[in-house]
This record gives sequence, C-alpha cells and structure tokens, in this order.
Amino acid sequence: MTHPVVIVGASMGGLRTAESLRRFGYLGPITLIGEEIHKPYNRPPLSKEVLAKEVTHEAVAFEERSSTQDVNWVLGTRAVVLDVENNAVTDSEGHIHPYSALVIATGLRSRRIIVPNGDLANRFALRTLDDAIALREQLIEGKNVVIVGGGFIGCEVAATAVKLGCNVTVIHNAAHPMLRQLGIELAKQMQLRHEAMGVRFLLKRSVVDLVGRTHIEGVLLDDETTVDADVLIEAVGSHPNVEWISNNNIDRNDGVLVDSAMRVTRKDGTVISNVFAIGDLARFANPIFDFEPRKVEHWNIPTETAKRAAAVIAAMLNQTDVYPAILDEVFKPIPSFWSDQYENHLLAFGLCVLADKVTLVAGEISGDCVFEYHRGDQLVGVCGIGMRSVVQSYRAKFI
Amino acid sequence: MTKCQHYGQCVFEAPDIFRLNADDKLEYTAEADDSERANIEAAIDVCPMQAIRIVQ
Repeated sequence: MTHPVVIVGASMGGLRTAESLRRFGYLGPITLIGEEIHKPYNRPPLSKEVLAKEVTHEAVAFEERSSTQDVNWVLGTRAVVLDVENNAVTDSEGHIHPYSALVIATGLRSRRIIVPNGDLANRFALRTLDDAIALREQLIEGKNVVIVGGGFIGCEVAATAVKLGCNVTVIHNAAHPMLRQLGIELAKQMQLRHEAMGVRFLLKRSVVDLVGRTHIEGVLLDDETTVDADVLIEAVGSHPNVEWISNNNIDRNDGVLVDSAMRVTRKDGTVISNVFAIGDLARFANPIFDFEPRKVEHWNIPTETAKRAAAVIAAMLNQTDVYPAILDEVFKPIPSFWSDQYENHLLAFGLCVLADKVTLVAGEISGDCVFEYHRGDQLVGVCGIGMRSVVQSYRAKFI
Repeated sequence: MTKCQHYGQCVFEAPDIFRLNADDKLEYTAEADDSERANIEAAIDVCPMQAIRIVQ
C-alpha cells in the first residue's frame, strides 16, 4: 500500500499544497492534519472588514475545489511527534500517520507578552478565526482598547477599532508604527493619518505589567505611567510552530531551513528528500535578493512555496523523468503584501525591510505616493499608498 | 465584481486577463481561452478577496 502525502497544517499553505499536488498529477492519497476545527480560511480579513462586521467561518472560508474532495481531513488535532527515520507523524489523539512525503505547514502562532500580573480576562491576540470571533464581541463603542505592537496587524486592528467607536491607544517600541517595514518617511505619514482618525500612539514604550484583578483594567508602561484598558490586543509578532518536529536534527532556528525545492535541511546541511516545509515558517534563500535564508511573512508566500513543494513531490512520487530537472529549477517568488487602514491602501512588492535607503518616486507624501526601497544600488522593494498601477509596474523589475 | 477590492494581485498571474486601469480599478476579460486556465487558476489562488471564479 502506498502511504499518503501527509500535510500538517490546514491553513492556506496546506490547502494550496493539496490542490497543487492534484494539479501536478499526483493522484494518490492525501491527509491534511489541522489543529483548528475549521477548514482552511482566509486570514487577512480577520483584522479588517470581517472584524468590522460579523466574524463567521462562512465569511472567510476558502472555496473547496473538486480536486481535493477526497482529501482525508484530520481536524481539531495537532501533530505532536515527527519521526523522520520511520516516516511517520503521531497526532494528539495518539494516531500514527505514515507518509510517503511530509509537508510541514504549521505556520506561526502569536507571541504573547509575559508579565507578572498576566492572568487576566480580555487579553486577545489576532491570528485565528476564533481569536477574531472572541475579539469582535469586545470591540464596542466607547471601550478603551489598548493595542501592544504597532506593526501591520496592530495598525489594521487600530483602524478597525476606531471605526467601531473605540478609544484606541497603540503602544509601540519604535519611534513610529510600521517603521521597520516602511521606513521613516512613510511610517511617519501613516502615523499622522492614524492620529487624524483618533488613534493615540505611545511610542518607544513597552509594557512592564498589567493592572486589574480578574479583568484587565490598565497597562503599566516602562515610564511608570498607566493606560486605562478594557481590552488588550497583543500584536507583538509570532513564533514558528516547530516544537513537534524536534529530535530529528532538523535546522529549526527561526523557522525551518529548506533548500530551493522546499526540502527540509538537517543541522549538518544534508537534505531530507521526502520532508518539506512551506509557508510562514519556511526559511529559504531567494536569489532575487541574495543567498541568505529567511522566513517571509508576506501574503503570497504560502501559495508560492506550496506550489513549489507540490511540483517536487508530485514528480518524485510519480517517478517522472523530469524530477531532477524540477529539483534544479530556480525558486524566486516575488514577495507581495498589502494592508488596508481606513482609505489608505498600501501595496508592496519585494522585501522592503532589507532597504537602507527609501525614496519617494511618485505622487506626494500627503496623498497617494510610491516609494522605492534600495539596499545599496539594488532595488529590493516598492511600496505605495494608492497608485496601484504604478506599484504593479515594478513587479517586472524583480523577475 | 462587488467582492473585488482592486488589489491587483491577479494582474501579475494572468496579465492577459486582468489589468488595472488608469483609475486603479480592476478590469478583466470575461471570456478566456482554455490556454489561460493555469494562469487564471493561479490568479484565483492569490486573490486576497477570493473574488475570482471560473464559470464554464
């Protein structure tokens, strides 16, 4: 009997892997193991329009395609042990899943702040559907909402909460929100636009403790001031879900190291030919930029890495003549992300975080505008507010 | 097209089908040849709003 391709992680990356396996001609069994009870759904709206209305699985579920109707879904179940020697995964119910090929797509989980008085109600993170459902109930007009972390998620939630009539304070450790991602000029401008809508920023500050007995009542900062809070949202980054793959000598320092075929790499540099990692936790080198492996938390990366892994797996398991050629293909997806904050529609390509120089190249900073991001002489990214057709035209420069 | 928010992610995957006009609004060709199927499927995969569908 042929063992299935086992995909661990039933989010967008896991789903796209299953669909792509079929598209590339793999007809054998597929098992998809997911911790959440929900079938795969679209996360970006959870901090934006869906959070502003009613949060339901139906509103965000990915459409199921006929090609994946025979997938064996194992939901509400975590993978707990990986045994690379015996090609098997053990799940939290104690079931053992032998595999012909394994895809690690367990992604990231929200980091939480750790403080002495942390055991209080009304603390939220925002990554899953259930997070959004729980948070939505608390975003009521007049409530004091404190957001820790002024990155993209923090700023999107701030915009949504202000629109819902909440009093919003963002606490951020840098001088401006989204500074690392956008550079100083655009970050400053976005801060002004948020402030004009009523968001208050407390910058270069961090949280040292929480105030309250059963529910959160306030947040104590490192300058010894206290901010009133009915609701606390923690948007302070993420951790890769890699604990379950330990004891296999896999390089899982800051994500899972993979080669250009998405094959997992051991600490000694050797490759495990039938174990793959994709999505937010895959640390891969992208020759568009350089040869430094990085994990990339941009919108299109789960889909791109899923397709790459699926093409390799299908060729390997179907034992096609093209397998060596597919392995040798260059993998250089162009990272892309967008963010909606009020009527400000940010669109970006590349890896803007690598830049040491950011230049306004079109439009005006007070209105719609486009910035180029350079590292030395190399164009590494482009980001605009509005002017999407200009931003779009840059994609050709990265091919 | 009510779901579409004009992100333009589809434009890159299937440039012969999808385009952004001068007002940054998305336009598309509703009738497509079968040779475009793979590109359109790729556009469906990356649409942030899951707004694209193939209807036979």
